[in-house]
Amino acid sequence: MSRNSDRQQPPVTRPGPSPSHTVGRRGVMRLLGFGAVALSPLGILPPILRATVGRGPIHSRGEFARAPNGRIRQWVMMIDLRFCDGCQKAQKPPLCTTACLEGHYAPEPMEWIQVFEGDLAGGGSQFIPTPCQHCQNAPCNNVCPVGATFATPEGTILIDQDRCIGCRICMAACPYDRRFFNWGKAPVPPESLLAHYGPEHQVPVKKGTVMKCDFCPDMARAGALPYCAQGCPNHAIYFGDLEEDLAANGKDVVAVSRFLAQNHAYRLNEHLGTKPRVYYIPGHGEAVGRDVFTKGRLPTRWPWIERIKGARTWKR
Amino acid sequence: MEEVGTRRARLEQTALAPVLKTSRRYYVWVAFLIAVIAWGVYAYSVQLREGLVVTGMRDRISWGLYITTFVFFIGISHAGTLISAILRVTQAKWRTPVTRMAEFITVVALICGAMFVLVDLGRPDRAFNVVLHGRWQSPIIWDLVSITTYLTASIVYLGLPMVPDLALFRDRLVGRGPAWRVWVYRVGAVGWQGGASQKRSLGAAIGVMMILIIPIAVSVHTVVSWIFAMTLRAPWDSTIFGAFFVAGAIYSGIAMLIIVMAVLRKVYHLEEYITEKHFVYLGFMLAAFSLIMMYGNISEYVTAGYKLKEGEEVHLRQLFLNQFAGFFWYYFVGGLVLPGLIILFPWTRNIAGIVVAAGLAVVAMWVERYFIVVAGLRVPLMPYEPSNYAPTWVELSVVAAGFALFALLITIFVKIFPIIAVWEVAEDLELAEASPADGHIALEGAMQPAGGSQ
Repeated sequence: MSRNSDRQQPPVTRPGPSPSHTVGRRGVMRLLGFGAVALSPLGILPPILRATVGRGPIHSRGEFARAPNGRIRQWVMMIDLRFCDGCQKAQKPPLCTTACLEGHYAPEPMEWIQVFEGDLAGGGSQFIPTPCQHCQNAPCNNVCPVGATFATPEGTILIDQDRCIGCRICMAACPYDRRFFNWGKAPVPPESLLAHYGPEHQVPVKKGTVMKCDFCPDMARAGALPYCAQGCPNHAIYFGDLEEDLAANGKDVVAVSRFLAQNHAYRLNEHLGTKPRVYYIPGHGEAVGRDVFTKGRLPTRWPWIERIKGARTWKR
Repeated sequence: MEEVGTRRARLEQTALAPVLKTSRRYYVWVAFLIAVIAWGVYAYSVQLREGLVVTGMRDRISWGLYITTFVFFIGISHAGTLISAILRVTQAKWRTPVTRMAEFITVVALICGAMFVLVDLGRPDRAFNVVLHGRWQSPIIWDLVSITTYLTASIVYLGLPMVPDLALFRDRLVGRGPAWRVWVYRVGAVGWQGGASQKRSLGAAIGVMMILIIPIAVSVHTVVSWIFAMTLRAPWDSTIFGAFFVAGAIYSGIAMLIIVMAVLRKVYHLEEYITEKHFVYLGFMLAAFSLIMMYGNISEYVTAGYKLKEGEEVHLRQLFLNQFAGFFWYYFVGGLVLPGLIILFPWTRNIAGIVVAAGLAVVAMWVERYFIVVAGLRVPLMPYEPSNYAPTWVELSVVAAGFALFALLITIFVKIFPIIAVWEVAEDLELAEASPADGHIALEGAMQPAGGSQ
């Protein structure tokens, strides 16, 4: 390159200090180091952005409920499988699911509490109503990139559908298949659109976000059982508070610790270490006269037919 | 032996040719790619309007082609920077004509890969939440950080060794090209005059970057695999995932590099610089990585299949015998064993054979990502019948658009930037001339990227 010859500097032949504007390897490293230090204040950008354009931290709608000893209540659910016959006797789709759907306007095909039929080890089957397990080491909560899924001091795991970005990594992470995605514009009754939305009351549905059972803590604070417990004709579902050690099923009130210990309670996939807040008493509907070899339950029905404009359903 | 001067002139001419001359076939090709992309954009607009309901994904198989293609492209991105950095660090003398293309592929593949994460979001309008509310606990944030770091580093690593070539283009094209183009070269050349001190600085900068880029590249595919491995799903619950994904990424990266190299060599007549030797050497790397992949697979499936924990039996059955058997056996036999054999046998170890092997490997790695994602999600977690997944036209269109974008970006890059590292190749020529007895290209002197021994 002839152009260069007149500008060329004398060749560097000796090792040692570099000419003034030569950047050596050390120099590059130093530059990189200074660059990294210079960029480090970028870390304070997200809080500033949050303060200016973001919404504040998410709150549940009410004050956390407190037990008489002043400590925050720890919600717990116990499902007595001896009393669950999958609503075979009532000849209806599982009424816990139905009640939940009606209370939350959950769109088809979501079953926030879903009655699975599992095979027993020695033949025959049992029905397992399965809400979100509200794990105390929740895999879904761990992986959420934006904190849309969060744990509350009451021990519930909630989703803020106003923050969820719909990446669905929580659905991959949940080992209980308890998360549901709003794949499209869901069919729901028009009155649901008037509801006041909150993570504890996920109405109305929001397209492109994840939903699941919220444990109905708003109802519990108001002194009512969750929809599913209210809906169960056999009173198989107990809901209560570990802190006060009390739970109710709409008929009886029991001491949680004693009830669990005396009835061989277990939790689903205990070996995964997720520490669910939902306990099961083993059984297969024997207390309500179900024959263990009578299989099948009626398929879940979504009660409303009204559809908002442009809505469409999907299969699971 | 031909005089260095004429060889160098011919080298410059070859490098400048794509920039100066544009054939009609080029426009037809670009128009075709843009048409495919436009169709994909239309498909995506449908998805934006209707929601992800227009895809084949549902609650139980909640990731599909998009995440497959994301992982695939991030894998392809290892073509470049990692391979070119490894070759630089080990001072492989034959690398000079291929590093530039490898680095192109990295940047382009990263852009395409990152796009598929956005496409997969249920609420792309809230993508900014990952900055506003990002949590360090989430593998997605690890991905975001490491991929953006890798993209930045790759652009720097692509740009640095290109500085002298941009200066060459700047000097040669004054008055011959459109003004914007000369402006691009002038800015890109950052005042390069080729003085000794500038060369020293450049060598030092490249030396630092080539070391820096290797751990970054390894981290990228490790954390991509952790999106899966951080879950409790039996098929993904594996400690080998990180290392295995990195190996797979390099494997697919080498294969993609071979394919792109073959295409550009043909189209832009680079036969003099990219010779059979380059294909054979990259082919050997490909064969080595196919062995690593086989080892990884055997290690993973034998340890899982021996014990048959809950979920593993369903998974291995669907993989080896049922729904995914076609995919799996194509991947293992057609995508790992066969390319290895093609390169092993001397009578198929030629350019055509190696390109075929690379093609098999690239397709196989996409297929592998597909069954890792989809088959992994298909294993039932509760007592229900496994669901199935079939991509819809929307997903297929968007994925096709992604590949078209990949091709288009490379096509455009090639038109603007020098596709071979002219100064490095020229330097090799000069050094070969200086020490003809050696027969090999010596790599001593001021322009040695590592900056020589100090």
